[in-house]
This record gives sequence, structure tokens and C-alpha cells, in this order.
Amino acid sequence: MSTRREVLAQGASLAAALAGLGLLPQAAQAAWSQAAFEAKTMSDLMKALGTSGPAESKDVSITGPDIAENGAVVPVGAATTLAGAKRLLLLVEKNPAMLAAAFDLSDAVEPNISTRVKMGQSSNVFAVAITADNKVLYAVKEIKVTLGGCGG
Amino acid sequence: MADPMRIRAQAQGDKTTVRVLMSHEMETGQRKDSAGKTVPAWFIQEVSAAHNGKTVMTAQWGPSVAKNPFLQFVIKGAKAGDKVAISWKDNKGDSRSDEAVVS
Repeated sequence: MSTRREVLAQGASLAAALAGLGLLPQAAQAAWSQAAFEAKTMSDLMKALGTSGPAESKDVSITGPDIAENGAVVPVGAATTLAGAKRLLLLVEKNPAMLAAAFDLSDAVEPNISTRVKMGQSSNVFAVAITADNKVLYAVKEIKVTLGGCGG
Repeated sequence: MADPMRIRAQAQGDKTTVRVLMSHEMETGQRKDSAGKTVPAWFIQEVSAAHNGKTVMTAQWGPSVAKNPFLQFVIKGAKAGDKVAISWKDNKGDSRSDEAVVS
């Protein structure tokens, strides 16, 4: 029969053990790069990701509508023909935070991703490819939004 | 636990197109409710995809991915009968994994 004090002590040590293993949500979230998702400009974002300034390239392509009727659901895709692309980013320039999504690719996946993003207002949308040798290349497309997707 | 994902994986030649539809609110933390209070952010932060148990792609998402997120990607070398597993984790620590067979 354990006393209340012992039970409390066990609980505390279990919590400490779980935190050490990264099983608690707070600890697990450390893997998500907060700084990158708070970046407001391209240069802030590149700093947060630890890469150099981007260059526009024909090897990267972005797909999306010219005009999005509903900013809450804008289908966009990023693709590249570059060999050795390890990361694809989707950025929406005028959203509160620029970075929408970052995809880390292995060799078994084609560098061609589609998803849907929210857009607060008409803005440039970037597809950025980062290669294994840290080259940063992008493609840009302006998407006009007739109905914003960020509340208000 | 959130609702299951819908996953469709279709092989075409040596490539398999995987389409995933997740069920999630994806609240940005910018919206206000009718009482004027900010609705706290609640969105998927991490997504990972595995082909026959081997992770082939991971993603980090911000709150500007649309509600009930859609994701499409292509796995090289996957064939019919292979297993594709997708899992996500949100900023509240909730997570979900689902699996589909390539057809």
C-alpha cells in the first residue's frame, strides 16, 4: 500500500521520463520549426531555415488558378525538374506568416506536391525548391482572391 | 481522435500517385468568434508518409494550409498491393495514422 506522497512522487518521475523521451506534446513540438513559420519576409524565412538567398529558376514550377474565388481553399502545387531536390516550400507572400507548408522529400518521392492553402488576399505565391547542395530556387505566380480566407 | 483520412493510392507504370484528404479544422488563430474572442490556433503541424513501413516524405505545415487538408504526391517504385501509411500530428498533440493499399 503506497501513501499519497509516494504516488505523487511516482507521477512526477513518470512525467519527467516521458518528457525526456519526447512523448509529451510540448517536447514533440520542438521538431516543428517555429521560427520558419513565423517569418514574415523571404529573407527572414531563409535565415530561419539556414539557407542563402533564393534565385528564380525555370526548373521550378508552380501550379494554381489565376483567380481564386474562395481564398479559404486555393489549390496550389509545387514541382521541380531539378535532380536532388530535398525540400519543397509553399509560400504565400501576404499571409500573416509567409510559409504555408514545407515538404521534406526522400529519393523515393517525386518532387511534385499538390495541396490546398488559405489566402487572406490577392498575393504572390512562391514554390521554393531547396536542393541537397543548398541551392534555393523558386517560381512565383500571382493569384487573385475575390473572397479572403482568413476570417474577418 | 479525429475522423479517419481518405487515402487513395493508384499505381501507373512505376509511379504511384497518392491522394490524401484529412479531416481537420486547421484553425489559424487569427479568427474571432461571435463574442469577439480569438479562436485559438489548431492545425496539423507534421505529416509523414511511409511506403511499406519506410518513411518517404515528411512535411511541416503552418496554419495557412486549408481546412480539411488535401495532399497529393508521387511515390516512385511503388506497385499494386504495397502499403502506404500517412500520419499527422497537430499542435494540440493529437495525432492520427491511416493506411491504404496501392491499387
